[in-house]
Amino acid sequence: MAKELWFAEYHDDNTRLGMRVTRELVAMQSEFQAIEIFETPTFGRVLTLDGLVMLTEKDEFIYHDMIIHVPMAVHPKVQNVLLIGGGDGGSLRELCRYPEIEQIDMVEIDSEVVNQCRRFLPQVAAAYDDPRLNLIFADGLKFVRHNTDKYDLIVIDSTDPFGPGESLFTKEFYGNCHRALRADGILVNQHESPYYPADAEEARLIYQRLTATFPLVRVYQAHIPCYPSGHWLFGFASKRWDPLQDFDAERWNARGLYTRYYNTDLHTGCFQLPTYVKELLESGVE
Amino acid sequence: MTESGKARPVPPERLRRILNGTLLGQGNEIPDYEALFPGNPQAKAPLYEAVSLYRSKRIVPFDVPGHKQGRGNPDLRAFLGEDCLTVDVNSMKMVDNLIHPTSVIREAEVLAAQAFRAADAFFMVNGTSSAIQGMIMSSLNPGDELILPRNVHRSVINSLILARGTPVYVNPGVHTGLGIPLGMSPAEVAQTIREHPRAKAVLVNHPTYYGVCSNLKEITRLAHEAGMRVLVDEAHGTHFHFSPDLPVSAMEAGADMAAVSLHKTGGSLTQSSLLLLGEGVRSDAGYIRQIVNLSQTTSASYLLMVSLDLTRRLLALKGREIYDRVIKLANYARSEINQIGGYDAFSNEKTDGDAFYEFDLTKLSVHTRSIGLAGIEVHDLLRDEYDIQVEFGDLGNFLAIISVGDRAVVIERLIAALVEILERYGKEPSGLLANEYVKPIVEMTPAEAFYAKTDLLPLLAAEGRIAAESIMCYPPGIPILAPGEKVTKDVIDYIEYARAKGSLLTGTEDDKVEYLHVVRL
Repeated sequence: MAKELWFAEYHDDNTRLGMRVTRELVAMQSEFQAIEIFETPTFGRVLTLDGLVMLTEKDEFIYHDMIIHVPMAVHPKVQNVLLIGGGDGGSLRELCRYPEIEQIDMVEIDSEVVNQCRRFLPQVAAAYDDPRLNLIFADGLKFVRHNTDKYDLIVIDSTDPFGPGESLFTKEFYGNCHRALRADGILVNQHESPYYPADAEEARLIYQRLTATFPLVRVYQAHIPCYPSGHWLFGFASKRWDPLQDFDAERWNARGLYTRYYNTDLHTGCFQLPTYVKELLESGVE
Repeated sequence: MTESGKARPVPPERLRRILNGTLLGQGNEIPDYEALFPGNPQAKAPLYEAVSLYRSKRIVPFDVPGHKQGRGNPDLRAFLGEDCLTVDVNSMKMVDNLIHPTSVIREAEVLAAQAFRAADAFFMVNGTSSAIQGMIMSSLNPGDELILPRNVHRSVINSLILARGTPVYVNPGVHTGLGIPLGMSPAEVAQTIREHPRAKAVLVNHPTYYGVCSNLKEITRLAHEAGMRVLVDEAHGTHFHFSPDLPVSAMEAGADMAAVSLHKTGGSLTQSSLLLLGEGVRSDAGYIRQIVNLSQTTSASYLLMVSLDLTRRLLALKGREIYDRVIKLANYARSEINQIGGYDAFSNEKTDGDAFYEFDLTKLSVHTRSIGLAGIEVHDLLRDEYDIQVEFGDLGNFLAIISVGDRAVVIERLIAALVEILERYGKEPSGLLANEYVKPIVEMTPAEAFYAKTDLLPLLAAEGRIAAESIMCYPPGIPILAPGEKVTKDVIDYIEYARAKGSLLTGTEDDKVEYLHVVRL
């Protein structure tokens, strides 16, 4: 029998997630990171950056539903969106389902991620031809610094705080985002996992920095099988709208959007955090 | 990406992520430079090669150090790594001896001399302070005069104590807008040389901490004309040797000796340094080595020395490319910071052809008074609120060092944090401490005063006495008093004025600088 090829993703120093690989499609080093796309029997095609799983075909809908539909169901009228990162195109795809959005500025640092995903993950990179998209290949921190009072929604769909995404987890970045948002703007971000200690420490720091910058910060969660521990957090930082009090389920349901993970019952539930996660987040805040 | 079957201490993907984006963009292995640069003698690293060979031979150590390649100190091995401790060795035949180098250390020094276009070079492991000591102690006999700017590093004053030399100070100009001390004006140097024709040498800061350079070529010409040596404190100027866009290097300017902190902006390990000799002192190399050996350790660290060898090779082969990028990063940062409004990230435009002759473009010096914050306040906010550590802050400025290890992404962080600081903490502009140069009156040598019996007096009662210790004041980063100098009313007034303006005072045994040791009458 031919030797099996396995991909082992780092979760912590002594823990890996293994997936059997049947075919490798992309293995390259871009200017910023190592990009790989391969096929697995269980998760379909898998995208990794610097050896870490960004998405799989089978479960990407969970992450993208949650990072986009939660804020979109809260803010009454999103017209201008800034999407930072998200080169795979999944967040863009979900945003493009909202007709009231007039412009989406998408700032991705690595054009190769976009190129390779358009080629090998077309179901995810499905909306790159949308006319509302203004795609910019640049450093997110630099881009946001030059904008004031412009966006209704900023989505930070980034890698981890090591590597090219590191500046997207800093206090200065959140401060610059605060200024780039309109008076009732919302910021949502990928908020790391609360489980493995190194990731949990990052989650704690993100929360600490967001609360130092925004008047209202809530954290919500989703179950994402391919991510370390499977338990993932998102941050909801807002200048005015509260994700529960200002959430209008009827309004969102009237849109008739079908989503496989998100629904308006889940919207309320996903903000209810386990005790240990609450303790973790609050431990860093005065 | 296959399963390795064995857990590794540092997961390679994490390591790759950490290394990613550095200037060199290279992985975790040393390239084969001899293949990449065929025929280039600088592609060799003889000391590194000898130490690597030692490691590969798995020699049984019945010599010092006692940790025996790390086995005897598991905690230290866990902290620094086995690779590091297996090459923390002592002098032996295979790896030469710094006190009297005859093989691989000597070869490495010769390559360093060639790389820096010097007549000779010595590896230094006691910091650049020891290189400064070597320059001064090998140029002065007891009682000899040294011409030097007032804003010298403390190691220069300390060397004068050891050499029992007499300082002759030249007033560094002070930039009135920025409040920083400058270099030396050639006219003042010429005047001082005329007044002290028997001085043995002129010492030049090149650059100052803030990146200010004097007209080194002209000062060298003046000194050589008068038969004096030129000693250059090039601690902050390693990179000058590797880029045509930076101020002239000490060796290029014809200086006799230069103390070069390879670790400061070159990338070697902290405390490793070079003493460069110019053509003028080539024949004195043996004597200079003896002077250096007076205070040099006999257990020189091979970690430090190998770091010098590898750094020399990298800079010799790729220094131009590296510093082109460093300059680009610094220029970019300056232009972005100046667009924020308020901050003044100054550069070449401040040069005046005299005491501010040239500027070191890699120094990101930023004037902050027009945002109503002291440089030290911005320094503290960057550290406490944004996890960014800059080199220092004084009343009017902060300094960020841009060097071989910097990346575009962290430059963006610094700029973004400055935007935030202006927005959140900015105030109305406030006046700057006016700097007046108080001309020191040298009554006895620093050594005489330092070793004298002393009285401890309240500062205000010390008028008319001779100081036995130094008082430094930041800003402007100039000693107000050095051992052997008269405590005048002007000096006391200046100290109290600087104290009232919030300057940091240091140097005396008394932390608060309210009491001063003076020479007993």
